[in-house]
Amino acid sequence: MQEYTLLGSKPTRHGFGEALVILGERNENVVVLGGDITGSVMTSMFKDKFPDRFFSIGIAEQNATTIATGLALSGKVPFFASYGAFCALRNADQLRISVYYNEANVKIGGGHAGISVGPDGATHQVLEEVAFLRTLPHMTMLVPCDFLEARKATVAMGEMVGPAYIRFGRSPVPLFTTESTPFQIGRALVIREGNDVALIACGALVWEAMIAAQELAKRGIQARVINNPSIKPFDVETTVTAARECGAIVTAEEHQVHGGLGGAVAEVTAKNSPVPIEFVGVKDSFGGSGEPEELMIKFGLTWKEIYASALKAIERRDKGSVGFRKVRDVEQYAG
Amino acid sequence: MKMLLLAKSGHSGGPLGIADVFAALYMGGVMRHQADNPHWEGRDRFVLSAGHMCPVQYAAMANAGFFPKSELATLRKYNTRLQGHPGRDMGLPGIETSSGSLGQGISIAVGMAMSDKLLDKSDRRVFTLTGDGELQEGSVWEAAMSVSHFGLDNYCWIIDNNDCQIDGRIKEVMDVYPIVDKCVAFGFETIVIDGHNFDEIMAAFDKFIANSTNGTGKPTAIIAKTYMGRGVSFMEDNYKWHGNPPNAEQAEQALGELVL
Repeated sequence: MQEYTLLGSKPTRHGFGEALVILGERNENVVVLGGDITGSVMTSMFKDKFPDRFFSIGIAEQNATTIATGLALSGKVPFFASYGAFCALRNADQLRISVYYNEANVKIGGGHAGISVGPDGATHQVLEEVAFLRTLPHMTMLVPCDFLEARKATVAMGEMVGPAYIRFGRSPVPLFTTESTPFQIGRALVIREGNDVALIACGALVWEAMIAAQELAKRGIQARVINNPSIKPFDVETTVTAARECGAIVTAEEHQVHGGLGGAVAEVTAKNSPVPIEFVGVKDSFGGSGEPEELMIKFGLTWKEIYASALKAIERRDKGSVGFRKVRDVEQYAG
Repeated sequence: MKMLLLAKSGHSGGPLGIADVFAALYMGGVMRHQADNPHWEGRDRFVLSAGHMCPVQYAAMANAGFFPKSELATLRKYNTRLQGHPGRDMGLPGIETSSGSLGQGISIAVGMAMSDKLLDKSDRRVFTLTGDGELQEGSVWEAAMSVSHFGLDNYCWIIDNNDCQIDGRIKEVMDVYPIVDKCVAFGFETIVIDGHNFDEIMAAFDKFIANSTNGTGKPTAIIAKTYMGRGVSFMEDNYKWHGNPPNAEQAEQALGELVL
């Protein structure tokens, strides 16, 4: 298994921008729609390289989403990117009816996601879109953890057929995957072995989970860390295996604790292998202005909350009425 | 009328009011299409933005040979290809998009026209139809703005101006007039016609086709003045027939009055 170490720091949006250029070179049907903030969400890279396949739609996200549908129904592969607040929620009905009900091959890039947007404040810090998008039929929803994974995920969604959404952020985040780290839509990846508790995270919280695992190891607790970039389709097998083998789970995401990655993990484990779960995320509140690091601390999105939640989940497992520890011991004995 | 009677729900008035325009599009030679080859690459495309008007589109398409007329009796029934609002997933030949949430088809049509004219450099044309109440949706004007911006002379926007919506007269619910001035201001070649006069309908489409062929760079808006429920005495110009089907007796009377 690959050893993951901190290699640097870079925003995921740069991965998205670079990937669009790669896709543009590979497929002449790839076109990009701009929503006025092309420099922020890095669609400007495509615009500079392929000006004939870039269309500025202005500040009109509903129109951009439905125009993208028309392009897709004409055999093109349109990408539209804006801030996630505006290209996942303001245009929610356009996504639902025009894009998804048509199963149109539209690709949406939702930038500036989460509170790490920083000073812009609550209106621009989207924390709810994963929950909404996950319920749409035919959806593919990706939340990459670092720059390289964002690039791979964007290329993958551009080369699959069907509607897809990718979530990325504004601020630099730790870079720890490499060119050879596998990425596949529908797959979660174990990036640290351990059987005492499973830490399942996406986006910027994956590296925080790794730090939490290192701290837990100092207490003799070996945490399994799972990077889950594919919210939908969801990797049931990896999740259920973690539940069975670890018996306690912590989910971590830069999103409301309701309905996102944590919700997906809870649904899957409740049905297949119920275990105690602790949820790290924004707890039913809006964001606010501040520097990204300040906000991550304020809203409880650091390794410390993951660490504390892991201890809590383990305690619930060991003292709980589920009797998991006993079942697991029997299984180990039998096996 | 028969379709709606069997369906026991659906919109009666609007579809009757715009039937002449659909006849022109599908059977009058306005749209280039091949009923036995609905995905023909050279076809013109029609996007029904006002999804609730679909009964008349279905009827026109069946008459044009896209599917058997007998299937019209399945409108709104379980598992039908003739969904209450068009569903592309059901695979009815000739349905280009799903629609039903107002103010979206008009914008999907922009993407299609961009693809045809700006990317594929083809001479295909795109037609879209909205209601007049639908103009209250702000996204309609986002679409209108972008059609002109991109110089899409291959784009024809038909507005069914029957002056009725579910809650009443357009002016009473939310005044969208003057529609003509708005279309002109948004850069459209704007043509106002009597939507029940076949000669005027054909002349307007001829004008659009000429503009598109000559590459004027100007999109066309055809404002069709119509009467909801045209041809049926008790439905005509009565907004209460927007969203209701006839009962058996009413359907019989309607069919007796309609010149078929």
